[in-house]
Amino acid sequence: MLAHSNPEPSSKTTDPLEVHDLTVAYTKRPVLYGIDLVAPPGSIVGVVGPNGAGKSTLIKAIMGLLPAASGWIKVFGKPFRQAVTRVGYVPQRESVDWDFPVNAMDVVLMGRYGRLGPMKRPTKADKEIAMACLEKVKMLPYAKRQISNLSGGQQQRVFLARALAQESDLYLMDEPFVGVDAATEAAIIDILRELQQQGKTLLVVHHDLTTAPDYFDRILLLNMRVVAYGRTEDVFTFENLQNAYGGRLSILSEVALSRARKKAEGDTPDSIHQ
Amino acid sequence: MQRERLIPEFDWNAVFVQPWSEYASNSFWIVLMGFLVSGTCGLVGCFVILRRMALVGDAISHSLLPGITLAFLLTHSRDTLPMMIGAVAAGVVTVALIEAIRYSSRIKADAAIGIVFSSLFAVGVILISVFADKVDLDAECVLYGELGFIPLQEIAYFGETEIGPEPVIRMGIIALIAIGLLVAFYKEMLVTSFDAGLAASLGISPTRYQYGLTLFLSIVIVSSFESVGVVLVIAMIIFPGATALLLTDRLSNALWISTAFSACYAVFGFHLATWLNASIAGGMTVIAGIVFGIIWMVSPGQGLIIQFRSRHSSNEEALEPINPSL
Repeated sequence: MLAHSNPEPSSKTTDPLEVHDLTVAYTKRPVLYGIDLVAPPGSIVGVVGPNGAGKSTLIKAIMGLLPAASGWIKVFGKPFRQAVTRVGYVPQRESVDWDFPVNAMDVVLMGRYGRLGPMKRPTKADKEIAMACLEKVKMLPYAKRQISNLSGGQQQRVFLARALAQESDLYLMDEPFVGVDAATEAAIIDILRELQQQGKTLLVVHHDLTTAPDYFDRILLLNMRVVAYGRTEDVFTFENLQNAYGGRLSILSEVALSRARKKAEGDTPDSIHQ
Repeated sequence: MQRERLIPEFDWNAVFVQPWSEYASNSFWIVLMGFLVSGTCGLVGCFVILRRMALVGDAISHSLLPGITLAFLLTHSRDTLPMMIGAVAAGVVTVALIEAIRYSSRIKADAAIGIVFSSLFAVGVILISVFADKVDLDAECVLYGELGFIPLQEIAYFGETEIGPEPVIRMGIIALIAIGLLVAFYKEMLVTSFDAGLAASLGISPTRYQYGLTLFLSIVIVSSFESVGVVLVIAMIIFPGATALLLTDRLSNALWISTAFSACYAVFGFHLATWLNASIAGGMTVIAGIVFGIIWMVSPGQGLIIQFRSRHSSNEEALEPINPSL
């Protein structure tokens, strides 16, 4: 039985991610207010909201990259620092310099660094795991290629392979679908589903409202505050979206239309997860 | 001949043979020191370049002037330790001031660097001229360095055995420490340079390694300035790594190649300076510039010639196809 069918967190201490009353501020100007969030084991949580809603900020705050002005964050019941090896991270693709002199294999191996002690080099076993992860995203033939010589979709796959190499239980992914081709998008979502079936928990920042209800079984609608959080079918309503996006109707009507079309075809988002 | 030649005549014997026969010992120490300085600067420089800290390095080297002048005024000694402390303190103050200006105002990093290093450097210039009678520091030597004096320096002994001029031995130790740190922390330096966010999420603190690198960079600059001067030390930091990165796509290779370039600067810079009877640090930097120019043209991966050819050739096989669907 898949864990995500459990609608509410079963136990307070073993939830992969628990955020309570989190407020984050950049030089006194708050960007996230009183965020409460519990991600149950085996869930794929989509973090959705307009530009500047604080989606990436939330991920950075969870990892302790930004200080919390108030509130607390627990990862598997512990502070993030004590649970680092259980968390995998996929940053935004633009956050790194792709001219950096490393090849795809080097990047994937970095996923193993958290498990190596200080001053330890990756072992043969680490390299084999990295190769297997490259194979999984169909990038093994490109292992020796310098990363600027890869297409946007290929670069994103390398990042995903690196996250797989981390062998974590909770994955934080910042816009993994931005700037990728359709084939890569399908490949990424397959891997996310596979991770979910292995009982892993995923928190995915996403900006495409038309695909969000198909990809995620829980959605956090964010606009500096939590507009709504819960199971996709409960959260992804016209009213909630309007609250989050402040009546930018062109987007909303488009989403409403595509949803209505899907409903008419009898293709509800739930059917995808079964 | 009616008038003096503008450029000294090139005499093969005087430029290449004599230094290694009559003055072999002196030449050896000079070239070795040149190599140790540019090799160590080059290794640290690879990371400095990749982290876009090159201008910070320049700022640190200029701020050494007030640092060592103050250290001298306070201790009245030219011993290594007070000089080292003064210079590292100046480096730390420089970086702290740059960061403070960046974080507390709208001024961006490049302008902040310009403000901090030029004002600190000016303080140093003024200190030297005001206390000219008390400061027994050769401003010329601090600014431009003098590798030619290396063989005249005090000789270091190991027990009873003479091992070599003290500055060379000191630089050799710094070089060994640099290699040791590089071997020990290569993976940490790699991941914090490439993806600070991932590093932090792995429990490898990017700020700690940033401070570590800055501190070690200050130490390397302090150890190098006697030889190449505070103005040209930045050349030794940037040139080996920048030139190596034109030739290779992998950081580990770039480190080796940068060391080979450093050796080349030391040898040919020395001979160029011997020919022109000029500053050896100047000679090394000119050679570094020439080598960079050549590699920039002919590099098989990124060279101007290859770029020009691929842009103007109709032969499409020259371009390796990338299949985006894979």
